Amino acid sequence: MKKSRIRVLVAKPGLDGHDRGAKVIARALRDAGMEVIYTGLRQTPEQIVEAAVQEDVNVIGLSILSGAHMYIFPKILHLLEERKMTDVLIIAGGIIPAEDIPVLKNMGVKEIFTPGTDTRDIVEYINANVALIRGTI
Amino acid sequence: MNLSDEVRQGDSRSVAKLITMVENDFQHAQPFLKELHPFCGQAIVIGITGPPGSGKSTITDRLSKHLRKINKKVGIIAIDPSSPFSGGAILGDRIRMQDLTTDKGVFIRSVGARGHLGGLSRSTQAVVKILDAMGKDFIFIETVGVGQSEIDVIKVSDVVLLIVMPGMGDDIQVIKAGIMEIGDIFVVNKADRDGSDKLIAEIEMMLHLSEKEEKWNPPILKTVGTENIGIDLLWKNVEKCIDYLRTSGEMFQRRKNRTRKEIFDLFQESWREMFFQFIGEERLEKEVEKVLKQNDDPYHAVKRLSDIFKKKLFKGGE
Amino acid sequence: MDHKEKKRIEEAKIKWESKSLEMVLNKFPERKERFVTGSNKEVKRLYDPLDLEEFDYLEDSGFPGDFPYTRGVQPTMYRGRLWTMRQYAGFGDAEESNKRYKYLLKNGQTGLSIAFDLPTQIGYDSDHPMSHGEVGKVGVAIDSLKDMEILFEGIPLEKVSTSMTINAPAAVLLAMYIAVAEKQGVPADKLNGTIQNDILKEYIARGTYIFPPLPSIRLITDIFDYCSKELPRWNTISISGYHIREAGATAIQEIAFTLANGIAYVDAAVKKGMDIDKFAPRISFFFNAHNDLFEEVAKFRAARKLWAKIMKERFAVTNPKSMILRFHTQTAGCTLTAQQPDNNIVRVALQALAAVLGGTQSLHTNSRDEALSLPSQNAVMIALRTQQIIAHESGVTETVDPMAGSYYVEKMTREIENGVMDYIDRIEQLGGAASAIEKGFIQREIQNSAYQYQRDIEDKKRIIVGVNKFQIEEETMKDLLKVNPEIEKQQVKKLDDVKNSRKESEVQEKLNLLKNAANSDQNVMPFILSCVKSYATLGEICDQLRNVFGEYKESIKI
Repeated sequence: MKKSRIRVLVAKPGLDGHDRGAKVIARALRDAGMEVIYTGLRQTPEQIVEAAVQEDVNVIGLSILSGAHMYIFPKILHLLEERKMTDVLIIAGGIIPAEDIPVLKNMGVKEIFTPGTDTRDIVEYINANVALIRGTI
Repeated sequence: MNLSDEVRQGDSRSVAKLITMVENDFQHAQPFLKELHPFCGQAIVIGITGPPGSGKSTITDRLSKHLRKINKKVGIIAIDPSSPFSGGAILGDRIRMQDLTTDKGVFIRSVGARGHLGGLSRSTQAVVKILDAMGKDFIFIETVGVGQSEIDVIKVSDVVLLIVMPGMGDDIQVIKAGIMEIGDIFVVNKADRDGSDKLIAEIEMMLHLSEKEEKWNPPILKTVGTENIGIDLLWKNVEKCIDYLRTSGEMFQRRKNRTRKEIFDLFQESWREMFFQFIGEERLEKEVEKVLKQNDDPYHAVKRLSDIFKKKLFKGGE
Repeated sequence: MDHKEKKRIEEAKIKWESKSLEMVLNKFPERKERFVTGSNKEVKRLYDPLDLEEFDYLEDSGFPGDFPYTRGVQPTMYRGRLWTMRQYAGFGDAEESNKRYKYLLKNGQTGLSIAFDLPTQIGYDSDHPMSHGEVGKVGVAIDSLKDMEILFEGIPLEKVSTSMTINAPAAVLLAMYIAVAEKQGVPADKLNGTIQNDILKEYIARGTYIFPPLPSIRLITDIFDYCSKELPRWNTISISGYHIREAGATAIQEIAFTLANGIAYVDAAVKKGMDIDKFAPRISFFFNAHNDLFEEVAKFRAARKLWAKIMKERFAVTNPKSMILRFHTQTAGCTLTAQQPDNNIVRVALQALAAVLGGTQSLHTNSRDEALSLPSQNAVMIALRTQQIIAHESGVTETVDPMAGSYYVEKMTREIENGVMDYIDRIEQLGGAASAIEKGFIQREIQNSAYQYQRDIEDKKRIIVGVNKFQIEEETMKDLLKVNPEIEKQQVKKLDDVKNSRKESEVQEKLNLLKNAANSDQNVMPFILSCVKSYATLGEICDQLRNVFGEYKESIKI
């Protein structure tokens, strides 16, 4: 059976308008053969989750540099749970202080990619973890 | 409740999962499509095509909002090109349809043009069925419309809107004859820009030269999608077109052609799959080598392969 | 250069290449295949008089303070007055930011630079649903005049020049500033400062837009007009390349897209009937100081020269002040790393040096914890000291434009000019900056550069110390600034208090008058000022404008 393409939602939640990183990563994922649904700026948790549901994504990538992550991420995670999106890999990047990382991971953000991350590491991470979720390992 | 029931109930998650199945594992999806088939046929399918940047997503967004105001349910299939190198794609049409995301009456699915086993057209037809069975009154298929596979997709529609804009220069020639022939309504978007009247004249001329046989005279309309200008009139014309298609029997004819093509495509695909099942990649490769090295010809190769195929087929290798 | 001299050097060069150079290359090949600037432009092994064969000192350079201003906006430059040391700051609520401003002023900063939080920048009050989690995080939360009064408490506005990084709602914050000054007894015409007020770059690279382009430009030209009459010392716009560069643009793109935006603003004001020589002198710019020292210096010099020529040739200005490109610089945030943050102190020093050698009028130096958080008090002190050490100890301020005459820098200045003009011509063909933005042209160019930059880092063609070379096992950095999490609650309470203690009918009346003015072609500034004084909130004022102008919808695909 042909391995199906990985679909990734790349979202910018909240008011943060810095999208250089999100766009570079979207391209890198595309070049790695993934289908990337890029939502644009100013996404509410509701918009992100609804898009994730309709697009049946394997991964949700959240990019945030404004410091609002501790408020916004729990909302997103809560909505995802409500919609039973338990098989979606949730990752994040941007400016997220080290001390917040364990808390977010506990909540359900599987990995956080901080400044200086190589995009190839993100591709590898997604490939490996989606395969795990799909049970093809 | 199984998957098809949930789809008919309008459950987004189930709809989304079935669409994924259609894209990646069509065989597995078929039984569900079979179950949904009786509940299809109500939705009107509107194809929206045109060169990149002409404003297709914006027009789709505006028309959808217009429909929502009169309580109609909308499905949108937004097709974007995939990378010819990696097969991946950045699907960004949702950016222009932000408000619709949280409207419960709207379902939007982004699709990359490549990598559909069995073709984009087969996938799209199936997705249309799913959205139809889900309860959508109108389904928009939005695509750039270059390349045969995307033109085939447009032919899945009942009504075809061709969106263009002034300042495309020579691109107007690039709009393939195929698209010009199947366009039911022509929309000059970004009509506030210089050159919109000239463009209308050019389209009129091209229509005049194309000798369409139908009694429907494709209107050429002006819109400014971003300002919501011309949308009401556009929709009125879409309704007029639908009326015409229905009363003239043209809609029936188009759907007949579509169904015919669908059956043929499905049949062709199932034969294609049987080919690989009975012959296999290795055997095919051998024939390819023979043809290349020993100066054998492809026609003999096909004869040999056909013989193997027939034998296996009649041996009951269903 | 005369023909004989040229021949002499050419012949000597050939000798040098075939003898000394050849010998060394045979033993030690060069370290890399390709040597490039920070912007990926090819750099030659050596620059010499032959590169400046066509160079005419008076035409191409001139003297500082004279057209085309390549060597500086002013004849004495830092010998007359040092650049303004202006650290961008703000977080939490007005009380906290006020404390930080006083700290910076006490330690030798010479101008204020206000950072507002995202809700404020996007015209939302602190109690708006979109503001949740964002209040006070990246800057100070300002909901009404009351907050502004607290922000500048004890800071004499007739003595201090204030730069406010505010764009879409710039008119409102400017009005608040004027109102605060009035309460301090300072008349508007004595006020010194800047508002960023550059909406085009928001659509390109920064994202804090509210309204669509046309009404936004109307607001900008209203401000130009109002200030030319009421605030003659105020810089009405800071046309920005900083953010464009941060988004991934090259040096050439940074200048090209900034100047193109500048042309668009000037065009709009002139079309509105304004006298160009009345508002152009108060236009200012804001650039990035990136890593490659020589490229940055050349870039600043090229920018000055090009703007002067554009203003003279395209817009036919008669006032020399209309031709002068004055600019603020910020060192490049995107180059600073989360890994081994102390290294950032060194990066910032080199970048600040580039800005000074490039002749900046005002400078912000980033702090070492830039990639981790807003600056801690300690970190910002070092950043400020960096400027002071350059000013007083490095010797570069002893003479004007010391890099002039360098074969490399002069050649690079010319090359950047040419690259910039190419882009400006292309943008012109696309119908100007606003049109190019609408078509996604500028954004695509920047994204391509950004992607290339990332590939170069990952392929190790570009080395970032501590990130893709010389990495260590990191310890988490201590002493990072944390914004008080209670700020949002407190701010909402303050907002309620303001609403409860003002005259509601007056507020509604003023807001209504504003709406009517916005719907007509009257200048909205006096109406906004009136609303602000009645303690209408930022959100209420912006909502009125949203009702009239609509909201911008992002539409460019990647």
